[in-house]
Amino acid sequence: MRVVAAMSGGVDSAVAAARMLDAGHEVVGVHLALSQSAATLRESARGCCTIEDAGDARRVADVLGIPFYVWDMAERFRRDVVEDFRAEYAAGRTPNPCLRCNERIKFAALLDKALALGFDAVATGHYARVVEVPDASDASGRSGAGGGVRRELHRAVDAAKDQSYVLGVLDADQLARSFFPLGDTTKPEIRAEAAERGFYVANKPDSHDICFIADGDTRGWLTRELGEAPGEIVDADGTVVGQHRGAFAYTVGQRRGLALGRPAADGQPRYVVEVRPETNQVVVGTADLLGVNAMTGQHARWCGPAPEGVMRVGAQVRAHGEEYPATAWADGDHVEMRLDERIRGVAPGQSVVLYEGTRVVGSATIAASRLERDPVA
Amino acid sequence: MLPAALDAMTRQLAVVGNPSSLHRTGREARRAVEESREKIARALGARPSEVVFTSGGTESDNLAVKGTFWARRDADPARVRLLVGATEHHAVLDCVDFLVAHEGAKVTWLECTPEGFVEPVTVRRAIEQDPGSVALVSVMWANNEVGTVQDVRALAAVAHEFDVPFHTDAVQAAGHVPVDFAASGADLMSVTAHKLGGPIGVGALVVRRDATLVPLTHGGGQERQVRSGTLDAPAIVGFATALTAAVDTMEVETARLVALRDAIVERAMQVAPDVRPTGFWEPGDSTRRLPGNAHLLVPGCDGDSLLYLLDAAGVACSTGSACQAGVPQPSHVLLAMGVSESDARGALRLTLGHTSTEADVEAFLAALPAALERARRAREATS
Repeated sequence: MRVVAAMSGGVDSAVAAARMLDAGHEVVGVHLALSQSAATLRESARGCCTIEDAGDARRVADVLGIPFYVWDMAERFRRDVVEDFRAEYAAGRTPNPCLRCNERIKFAALLDKALALGFDAVATGHYARVVEVPDASDASGRSGAGGGVRRELHRAVDAAKDQSYVLGVLDADQLARSFFPLGDTTKPEIRAEAAERGFYVANKPDSHDICFIADGDTRGWLTRELGEAPGEIVDADGTVVGQHRGAFAYTVGQRRGLALGRPAADGQPRYVVEVRPETNQVVVGTADLLGVNAMTGQHARWCGPAPEGVMRVGAQVRAHGEEYPATAWADGDHVEMRLDERIRGVAPGQSVVLYEGTRVVGSATIAASRLERDPVA
Repeated sequence: MLPAALDAMTRQLAVVGNPSSLHRTGREARRAVEESREKIARALGARPSEVVFTSGGTESDNLAVKGTFWARRDADPARVRLLVGATEHHAVLDCVDFLVAHEGAKVTWLECTPEGFVEPVTVRRAIEQDPGSVALVSVMWANNEVGTVQDVRALAAVAHEFDVPFHTDAVQAAGHVPVDFAASGADLMSVTAHKLGGPIGVGALVVRRDATLVPLTHGGGQERQVRSGTLDAPAIVGFATALTAAVDTMEVETARLVALRDAIVERAMQVAPDVRPTGFWEPGDSTRRLPGNAHLLVPGCDGDSLLYLLDAAGVACSTGSACQAGVPQPSHVLLAMGVSESDARGALRLTLGHTSTEADVEAFLAALPAALERARRAREATS
């Protein structure tokens, strides 16, 4: 198969490219340039698109002896990921830009360009597994990499590194064209393999932050992008208890950085329980107000055939977060979820990814969450 | 590298000797260097004493632009203005940026025609803004991207009317089109070996005896005290051999390359009617466009897609010239010529040389239609 190996310059994508080559595929390395200008590339100290990272990726491609290209997708990234991130925060929601990037850039713009150029698939260094299962019905009529078989997305064997959450946005077509060669291996093993292969990125630190916020200060970035907008911090009955410089910088469940003038009457710590962009208010309350057991998801995307009726699932609401047992009902791109237990700190805009065992069923963007007293109907 | 140059260089490598030493091996190395200097001077219409060896085109341009700027300003503090073509190579452009940022230089960019020519009247007007402030005029002999060959003699003549020195970056021209330093009237001229079949890492700045330069490197005082450093005799011998061969075969080679170049341009336009050549192109011409330069604009495509598709089909070509952090940028040359940013992204350059054959041209033309179609779909997929 002719495969584009997306190479960030890190150790994971380097080994992923090497494994695709070992598997006998014709591999071309591609580094995505996502930063707005070359100048920013030079200044960026960390993240995944510095000039050093592009050089590291090229160095690995040279060791592997594969062609290497840098594809400039900065404009698409700005429009589809950075602008979305900003608009979501401005609307009082808490987005996950890595999911958006996978949905709209890596497995959309990158994959589409690769297909147009005559490639068959894209391989990345994400920790997740694709499992092929026989597809008796094969009603889809697709002729992708999974022709005749259905491809399922599963959690990686390394639970600490599992990245299936950020891949929960992939649909069946995208999955049919995707390879994740690292899903059966642990991170320490990948580092050891990289060292054995002679990649000098073997000990390169993992990237953690949002790549387009180089200094890791999301609140500072939002304030620069959206401008200061001073407003009130109120408690659940509307009493003003403090001031803020922009409601957009607050996330449901947040406790730190509230700088409240006076302690709560009951002496309990207070958390952000709601962000109201329309009145520029941040609502705070005690921890018990954060507990929810019902969520409404929109913009659902299914990693296989769309599920019908009621299903038992595990719901994960943040990267590397816990999985909670739940019951879900899907209706098109809308999904209702009822959790067996109350959980805290679910913010609108967050993504929920649904699992059945280790299999990713799909994902949705949380539109609302609440506490339901009634038992599941 | 030209086999004869490789052979001459390899033989010289086996002879140890510092051309600055007085002992026998030193004398022998010096003889090889000086014979090479004479050959290079003869091939470029210069005197041997005018040839200053450097590490290549970039160093030659740096020495010419910075060295002249400092010397001229030292003689008269009012001379801080550089008149520089907008389509110059980065080896010149970035020297200008450096001097502006750190040395108080001012710059007047010389605009070009849509075909890439700097007209004498443009130089004249730029000087006339304030003749006493001009430190240097620099316009390249031939452009590395679009192959436009300037009328250097006419441009230098304008500078000389105002007693302003004239530098030309002839890296792309030497060995490819007739270059006569003395007849051109230029005061300084940059050349490099690896663009004409010689080794990488050696070049020269040809400097008139009466030109003043502040050196960039200081040390043993080699090369008229202008460029200190032990001379690389084997590389210099390879350079001279390659340049002599290029000049000796130029007439025949030019006719051959022009035919290949014109076939690429004409037939590419037949394959895809919206493909067009950049710069000046006239079938059969070798005086206003480099014989071996075929540079095409392919609307609706990204150059890097074309490059990948053609590379996969065994055709080596390039897109723009500048890559920043590996990201293809629209070429400053094309933008200066008035090409839109979108069209500039679809630039494709094929450079023909002594190893190029008709079979290469056929391979390119055979691969082009499918590459165009796929590259267009790839751009649609990402827009």
